Amino acid sequence: MKKNNWKGWLYLLPAILFLGVFMVYPLVDVFIYSFEEGYNSSSQTFWGTGWYNYLYVLHDPYFIQALKNTFILVLITVPLSTLLALLISLGLSSIKKLRNMFQTIYFLPYVTNTLAVGLVFMILFQTTEYTDGMFNFVLSLFGIAPIDFIEGPYWAKMFVLCFYTVWVVLPFKILILTSALASVNKNYYNAALVDGTRPFRVFRKITLPMISPTVFYLIITGFIGAFKAYSDAVALFGTNLNVAEMNTIVGYIYDMLYGDGGGYPSYASAAAIILFVIVLTITCINLLISKKHVHY
Amino acid sequence: MKVVLENLTKKFPGRGKTSPGVTAVDNVSFEIPDGKLVGLLGPSGCGKSTTLNMICGLEAPTDGKIFFGEDEVTKLSPELRGVGMVFQNYALYPHLTVEENIRFPLENLKKEKKLSKAQMKEKVLEVARLVQTEELLDRKPAELSGGQQQRVAIARALVKMPKVLLLDEPLSNLDARLRIQTREEIRRIQRETGITTVFVTHDQEEALSISDMIVVLNNGAVQQMAEPQMVYDAPANLFVAKFLGTPQINMFEGRVAEGKLYIGDEAVMAADGAKDGDVLVGVRPEGFVLDENGGLAVELNSVEVLGRDISIVAKHKAFVGSSLRVIVDSENLSMIGNGQVRFRLKPAKVYLFDKTTEERIRL
Ligand SMILES: Nc1ncnc2c1ncn2[C@@H]1O[C@H](COP(=O)(O)OP(=O)(O)OP(=O)(O)O)[C@@H](O)[C@H]1O
Ligand SMILES: [Mg+2]
Repeated sequence: MKKNNWKGWLYLLPAILFLGVFMVYPLVDVFIYSFEEGYNSSSQTFWGTGWYNYLYVLHDPYFIQALKNTFILVLITVPLSTLLALLISLGLSSIKKLRNMFQTIYFLPYVTNTLAVGLVFMILFQTTEYTDGMFNFVLSLFGIAPIDFIEGPYWAKMFVLCFYTVWVVLPFKILILTSALASVNKNYYNAALVDGTRPFRVFRKITLPMISPTVFYLIITGFIGAFKAYSDAVALFGTNLNVAEMNTIVGYIYDMLYGDGGGYPSYASAAAIILFVIVLTITCINLLISKKHVHY
Repeated sequence: MKVVLENLTKKFPGRGKTSPGVTAVDNVSFEIPDGKLVGLLGPSGCGKSTTLNMICGLEAPTDGKIFFGEDEVTKLSPELRGVGMVFQNYALYPHLTVEENIRFPLENLKKEKKLSKAQMKEKVLEVARLVQTEELLDRKPAELSGGQQQRVAIARALVKMPKVLLLDEPLSNLDARLRIQTREEIRRIQRETGITTVFVTHDQEEALSISDMIVVLNNGAVQQMAEPQMVYDAPANLFVAKFLGTPQINMFEGRVAEGKLYIGDEAVMAADGAKDGDVLVGVRPEGFVLDENGGLAVELNSVEVLGRDISIVAKHKAFVGSSLRVIVDSENLSMIGNGQVRFRLKPAKVYLFDKTTEERIRL
């Protein structure tokens, strides 16, 4: 084995080169930028190095807002979408009739164009001269006054953003979970049935442990995906997210680079590094928890 | 507890309108006496698992009734029947330790049957000792050998002290040696506990060696139910005769005339009580005796000396099948020349079958 080690590295070379050039180098570069104070992108000069960029970003109310938004989004949508997907997949796998049809319906949003999805949300939530949107119509049936979900109060906008995010990530999770459920050997359920196991116990003691690797995969990727949210907010509230109080960390980074007040790569880099640290920490925590609870 | 099956039938619907569906189990009736081990034997797809699943309650019969003792259980759900089941691939929960696996059924008990932790522990230990897996309790199923997993699966099925134990091809994943060892183990456990047991297998040797009774199934129907030796010595029909015994029984085209059985042109033995006419004749490989004046002359193909026995492969024009195989004692080696050999037949090893019904013609 030892002798052939160089061969292994040779096989890995293309991947290592690719990752090095497009992942590691930019990451290192961003890391360096984030410590260069007063960087000027046209002259490529800076005054000195230090923590100033981080201090600036951490004291920027827009960043604080973005941080808060991102965390709310993550903490609400990841558990909610995973739970919903689990419930729906359990429902799907326990019915026989029309199962394929339902599966297709649930999967439609995944293959639907973002613009079309945006349009659907317009119909649902947008207030125009002619209508207050479907959602408000439903609310009005319960005697609730119309709410402006797109330009109204903060919580209403956050609700729409979370709703949208859950709706967008749900199909993928359902797909993955239904196939995980289908791959659990039927004999386990038969054995449990013969032993008189109640349905909830079957779910908790057999189904859940069996699909736990998949569930944790979905949670971890869900966290990472939600922390990187940006385009959804733009689709709903336009590009001026800071004014709409709906910015996310990635949105903040983008604005710092290219937005109206853009041209601050150092601040953007610092924010990016902060995001990186957050995602890394959360993922590590997730992995630690999963070691304890995931059965392979 | 005795188990009675009455006209049990299971039809699976076909897929789509055109396909007719399958009758997996066809009007099966038999009775398993209390405390006995019954082997359900038959070729692949003959409906063994389906029968077992119906006894267990996992599959609802299309027709017929099942009784445990005097009580009808046909419509009872599995957990109310008090059965223990060992699945073909064991179905041990991979994420639980051996101890947790065995304890699992106990934790399902409700209300007045509910056990304390200590009682559970005691029961688990007791049954683990019975199947000799006490030292494995902390392991996960993946860390066990096939035979050990098998014993754990039996322990899990036994821990609630079921009235009936059902085993679906429990040995098919084991290698030859472990198979023999484990089947003796199963026999011992069954004797010690006295639990009425149904054992499904497609391996005749397995069924013959451990069963009190054998039920031979084919195409979903019972062919014969008898003690192991009887199934071999007195097959009820052509299928049973062919299915049991290695090497396989030799089949000839024959004819009964005037109280004599003819194979080819020669009368080979008396056949009093059989009607005149064409028949199928089955002769077990050990049913031949070398005899210069014997009625059956065969052309030698090859002779293999296997120590204790000699296996002769021969030809005969009335023979049906691929190779006529005769087994005789190796003392007779000197009597075998080249070319033609003559045999006399042992009447007890010769069976006549009706050509159309394939039922045995009793002499
Ligand atoms: N769920 C089902 N739907 C339709 N047909 C079935 C179903 N289960 C079994 N069958 C059919 O019923 C027949 C008997 O099947 P069964 O599983 O009882 O056979 P078996 O004797 O256990 O065979 P093996 O030794 O291969 O396990 C087979 O022809 C099989 O194709
Ligand atoms: Mg089977």
